[in-house]
Amino acid sequence: MSAVEEMPAMTEARSGVERMTYREALRLAMREEMLRDERVFLMGEEVGLFEGAYKVSAGLLAQFGPDRVRDTPISEEGFVGAGVGAAMLGERPIVEIMTLNFLLVAMDQVVNHAAKIRAMFGGEVGCPIVIRTPGGAGNQLTAQHSQSFEGWFAGTPGLKVVAPSNPADAKGLLKAAIRDDDPVLVIENLPIYKEKGEVPLDPEFVVPIGRAAIARPGKDITLIAHSFATVRTLAVAERLAQRHGVDAEVVDLRSLRPLDVETVAQSVAKTNRAVCVEEGWPSYGVTAELAARIQSACFDDLDAPVERVGMAEVPLPYAKNLELAAMPGEDRIEAAVLHTLGRT
Amino acid sequence: MPSTRTPIRKRSASVEVAQGPVSAEAIASRLARFEQMCLIRNFEEEAERQYKAARIGGYCHLSSGQEAMTVGAVQAMREHDLLVTGYRCHGFALARGVPPQAVMAELFGRRDGCAHGRGGSMHLLDAGRGFLGGWGIVAGQLPVATGVALSLVRQGRTAAVLCELGDGAVNMGAWHESLNLASLWRLPIVYLVVNNEYGMGTSVQRASAEPEAFRRAAAYRMHGERVDGDDLDAVAEATQRLLSMARTDRKPAVLEAVTYRYRGHSVADAGLAYRTREEIAAHKEHDPIERVAESLLQMGAQESEIAHARERARAAVAEAVRFAEQSPPPELSALAEGVYCHGSDIQFARMRPGSPFGEQELVFDAGLGR
Repeated sequence: MSAVEEMPAMTEARSGVERMTYREALRLAMREEMLRDERVFLMGEEVGLFEGAYKVSAGLLAQFGPDRVRDTPISEEGFVGAGVGAAMLGERPIVEIMTLNFLLVAMDQVVNHAAKIRAMFGGEVGCPIVIRTPGGAGNQLTAQHSQSFEGWFAGTPGLKVVAPSNPADAKGLLKAAIRDDDPVLVIENLPIYKEKGEVPLDPEFVVPIGRAAIARPGKDITLIAHSFATVRTLAVAERLAQRHGVDAEVVDLRSLRPLDVETVAQSVAKTNRAVCVEEGWPSYGVTAELAARIQSACFDDLDAPVERVGMAEVPLPYAKNLELAAMPGEDRIEAAVLHTLGRT
Repeated sequence: MPSTRTPIRKRSASVEVAQGPVSAEAIASRLARFEQMCLIRNFEEEAERQYKAARIGGYCHLSSGQEAMTVGAVQAMREHDLLVTGYRCHGFALARGVPPQAVMAELFGRRDGCAHGRGGSMHLLDAGRGFLGGWGIVAGQLPVATGVALSLVRQGRTAAVLCELGDGAVNMGAWHESLNLASLWRLPIVYLVVNNEYGMGTSVQRASAEPEAFRRAAAYRMHGERVDGDDLDAVAEATQRLLSMARTDRKPAVLEAVTYRYRGHSVADAGLAYRTREEIAAHKEHDPIERVAESLLQMGAQESEIAHARERARAAVAEAVRFAEQSPPPELSALAEGVYCHGSDIQFARMRPGSPFGEQELVFDAGLGR
């Protein structure tokens, strides 16, 4: 994660698409929104001088200065709360948390404060804060640094949670989050920071919050995922087509709250089978929520029980073989699909 | 600036009044403060009655005995300064000018409450008057208030934040993180530590390795001082001085006001398990309201003026109760209003299928994101 990609040059009227990494797309979104709106500023550990622990904010300090790209001490509860307070006064803070695991020490500010403000004070004030943070596992970072807690936040009324799986959505959803008047948690992902894709250059390109995407159309089974699990699931879908003649439809959730159940239900009504995939622990997780909603919305459509694939429910071990076995890898997703299709 | 080294713990009933002729304006101004203090005391006593009559629910934290600290600190604020408090906030709201009717209606959970019946006793707010809440998690308001001060700087506004907290909050991590950020970033904020000797039922001595909270400011190279919180003038003078320092020099500070709450932690707490009746009685002997009444007489105010102020305060509380009684409860059909910003209904529209039982009617059809 050390490479710093070059920022595409800013030109006046931008259009078309450009191939860039997920992290460059996030950076482009922040740069465009900071140019568009003076109230937008970035705050977090190592976002300025160090250019971001994962280099997402590279170049922004030089362009916008230390007031708008503000380095903080290691003090998540303090600076997430400071973002909440600044947002209450009409600022548009983007708070970067180095990884999702560290957001837990600021849980009180996110759940008890940011999420409650508008409702608890009778709609008199809002809290348009964006918290960006990568989750995910797979680099032997072990138990305290490999977790996916997005389901905890997505289960909290008052918050919005998005989790892009590709560069274009990373740009479009982060921009939507920054423009949103509510607190939005943007879940990024360590392994896909370096993934490349076509990204629209139009500064007004925004991906609406609350809309899933059909990442791969198909007719035999619906696979539902978000973030890195979508990348894995798409690879599995290709394998299924080649090896088993299975035409899987992949729904990329993109938003976890609001959750686009309508797109999921339409797909399941067509394929009659569903496998939900996530990188978090499935118990009480995103896939648990999906399974509950699918069985209710699609009861008469289902030809098989809704299946789930997630992280093995253990604190993630260090040893590479154990880590790989615990993660929702392609083999396990493929096996779940074949099982749901009655092929095993 | 060095921290004040001598803790102030004045408990005399005598009051010092400046020598020489006292202007009518000075008397009128002091009478107004006196009336505010009476209003808060009467309001709290009435809130306790209404709570016990089950017309107020939830938690209800009263501040009787702390009126000099409350009124002194808030009177030192300027119009554009901002106030953030913990959950013992009725007095602060009233001192900041939130109408007693709106506060009582909030306690009653009614539509005309200052948070439209969504907040209750702990979550009063009046953004228009610069009162940004009423927060319920001990020390949780500190990072928020620190961020409010940050935005004052970013917006180039000459104003400061007064952030109230209790003595129990100074042992939370949020306190340390906030003081560090405020000093590091030179933010215009004064942390007002209301030391009423007990965090719930645990005395400061049993909770804090450094029981003189103001001294902790030094760890962040920040000014800290302690004041007799039952001395209206001392609190007002210190708050005004520190707010001014914050506003013009961007120097944050800690002001510890030592006071005492007469009632328990909340109405549900008799307040006697951890302290004696004698201790409470001893504090009541130099009641902060009566201290101001005595000083008014010494300044030359008439007994009748003082009596009228007391009467107006009582009448205002009676009127607040009448108003709250008549205010309707919030509409059930608006249950989900205010949870998300206007326009979010479009974002949530596709979440309806497969919702938990009743969710569509209770939430989606009840104003979610409208």
